[in-house]
Amino acid sequence: MSDAAISVRGLGKRYRIGARVGQYKRLTETVTDLFAAPFRRLARIGRAAPAEETIWALRDVSFDVEPGEVIGVIGRNGAGKSTLLKVLSRITEPTAGEALIRGRVGSLLEVGTGFHPELTGRENIFLNGAILGMRKKEIERKFDEILDFAEIEKFVDTPVKRYSSGMYVRLAFAVAAHLETDILFVDEVLAVGDAQFQKKCLGKMGTISTQGRTVVLVSHNLASIRALSNRCLLLNQGRVEEFGDTGRVVTRYSQMLGGLSRPDPSDLEPYRRSPVGDAPVRFVSIAVRSATGAAVDFPMASDITIVMEIDAARSLREITIAIAIKNADGLRVALLFTGDSGRKIELPAGRSIVETTIKRAPMAPGLYSIDAGLNRSTRDVAYDVILDLPLFEISNPPGRDSSVGEWLDRPWGVVHLDNVEWQILPKPDAR
Amino acid sequence: MSTALEPPAPIAPDRPSPPINRIAPARGWIPLGLRQLWDYRELLYFLAWRDISVRYKQTVLGAAWAIIQPLFAMVVFTLFFGRLARVPSDGVPYPVFSYCALLPWTFFATALTTSSNSLVGSSNLITKIYFPRLLIPLASVVPGLVDFAIAFVVLIGMMLWYGIAPTLDVVWLPCFLLLALVTALAVGLWLSALNVEYRDIRYTLTFLVQLWMFASPVVYPTSMVPERWRALYGLNPMTGVIEGFRWALLGTGTAPGLFTAVSVAVTLLLLVSGAYYFKRMERSFADIV
Repeated sequence: MSDAAISVRGLGKRYRIGARVGQYKRLTETVTDLFAAPFRRLARIGRAAPAEETIWALRDVSFDVEPGEVIGVIGRNGAGKSTLLKVLSRITEPTAGEALIRGRVGSLLEVGTGFHPELTGRENIFLNGAILGMRKKEIERKFDEILDFAEIEKFVDTPVKRYSSGMYVRLAFAVAAHLETDILFVDEVLAVGDAQFQKKCLGKMGTISTQGRTVVLVSHNLASIRALSNRCLLLNQGRVEEFGDTGRVVTRYSQMLGGLSRPDPSDLEPYRRSPVGDAPVRFVSIAVRSATGAAVDFPMASDITIVMEIDAARSLREITIAIAIKNADGLRVALLFTGDSGRKIELPAGRSIVETTIKRAPMAPGLYSIDAGLNRSTRDVAYDVILDLPLFEISNPPGRDSSVGEWLDRPWGVVHLDNVEWQILPKPDAR
Repeated sequence: MSTALEPPAPIAPDRPSPPINRIAPARGWIPLGLRQLWDYRELLYFLAWRDISVRYKQTVLGAAWAIIQPLFAMVVFTLFFGRLARVPSDGVPYPVFSYCALLPWTFFATALTTSSNSLVGSSNLITKIYFPRLLIPLASVVPGLVDFAIAFVVLIGMMLWYGIAPTLDVVWLPCFLLLALVTALAVGLWLSALNVEYRDIRYTLTFLVQLWMFASPVVYPTSMVPERWRALYGLNPMTGVIEGFRWALLGTGTAPGLFTAVSVAVTLLLLVSGAYYFKRMERSFADIV
């Protein structure tokens, strides 16, 4: 018997398609089905049996995590990362295989689970702490620390519905960060709050990982995965693609993404993370083109045009569109705002096309994804948010007559500055 | 200061060995996990406390609602059943007679409704965090007790007004209240689990509660039910509860006997079967809720 903190063997989870898309059964339907089914089966005689409507979100997953280890879990959307965490944290039951977990388990799949808007900050700390599995005494002991971390001392007795979204998220993370369990499952919660708070969260995660606790961390942010985890699990279509040294696995993942082409560029749904339910405006499609036409692969230092189709329910003035360009490491290379150009975007009701062109794009070769947001200019409301949308690739094809040099596989860095002057000057006192 | 040559400090010997959890597909009968439920008792308290405090923060009338509901029902029943239909009331004034039944009934109906809808209403918790799911319907039957306590004050006032003194049997009252609570929980376990998969339970519920009220001696005395049907009538646990309330508070009706025994047996049967059904369905909650 090994003494691994987490030992996973042949774990599998099967979902019925349809059961997940919000189709609830009705009792009356089930009853009528009971009577109708034989007739339907009669009608189906002679025809091919329908394909099984199930998918394996996880299949035959096995790995071990040693006590005190921090493991990163990466993979594309739908690769099974979240399902793995849900199964390991016992939210949903596996269909096959087993996992042995040694130690008290805490899981953070979302910050602020169970927060109630009517309750005050103080009340929510206790409620949320209890939901996360903390004892009342434990919460009382850490109460001041939590308040201090969240920086909300003054508002502790204000209902959280009056909090700004930043305060809300800070408080939520603060409670979660003070959860003291042997094993922690974390899903993407680092991607909250403003940049400064994110840094603080990352620091906290770093501290947690040095306290000898076992952490399994799911993230799209490869930079933080690299910073925090020693070993990494790469999932692809529910199966383990690779498990081992983080550097190697992340590189492998980047290569995998390089070969990625989206089947349908107008399908934004897998990437949409809209905070507002019935937003008056949303992205319909996002694509790129070059000066000559549709493309996804661009030579270095060429013009890249991002084409966004936007649907507005009514005419809107003062919309800010934000686009963050991220490289394969998840590092934000640039952030573009419509406001930067000094123009205010006005959208008529109905569909419009908004284009933005990056002249002589200075990015190094690699695959790029974007986060895009439609915001009200007051900056407090995001109507629509698209995250981690793989969009284009920049390459440096051999034999191309260009200004960016001949050395093909050179380690490029993040950007390539092609407007650089080199001069050779005689040494002043050499004559 | 320690030096590099010192042996490492031994791991504290009093540290309990960590719990080992095995995650695997469950087969057959799933144990209820009562031990774990006990470990999570603080969460039960916090969930119930949340419901109570939110309820009184959100409503303008707050505590008044607890009184308005049974009080208005009492007035209406007194007019229609007491005055117009002249339904007998075991020798006590009809308002007290019906209010005494409306107290446990209102508690029961509220507890049943909230617990049946509790899982669906907690989908944000169920899909994001693990804890024994039984806590959700369990916590949802508790807040009604506060309303009950408030409405009870009105009954005391009415009894003073009509000059009715309770007998010593009143000490049994908590037992009957507990029976009402457990009955609501037992049926709530069944319905909440069914509700996750079959969303039309929610609509059936209002109807069910209404029918159930008329199948219970709220507006009429049990003495109106023919003797030979009594045992059958006792299959409805709320009959035992309401009869018990009247007996303990007003001294009417029959002392708890066969009737109550049948009610308790039915309730326990519903409770145990409900808990096992709930556990059986529990594993798929997060996938379909």
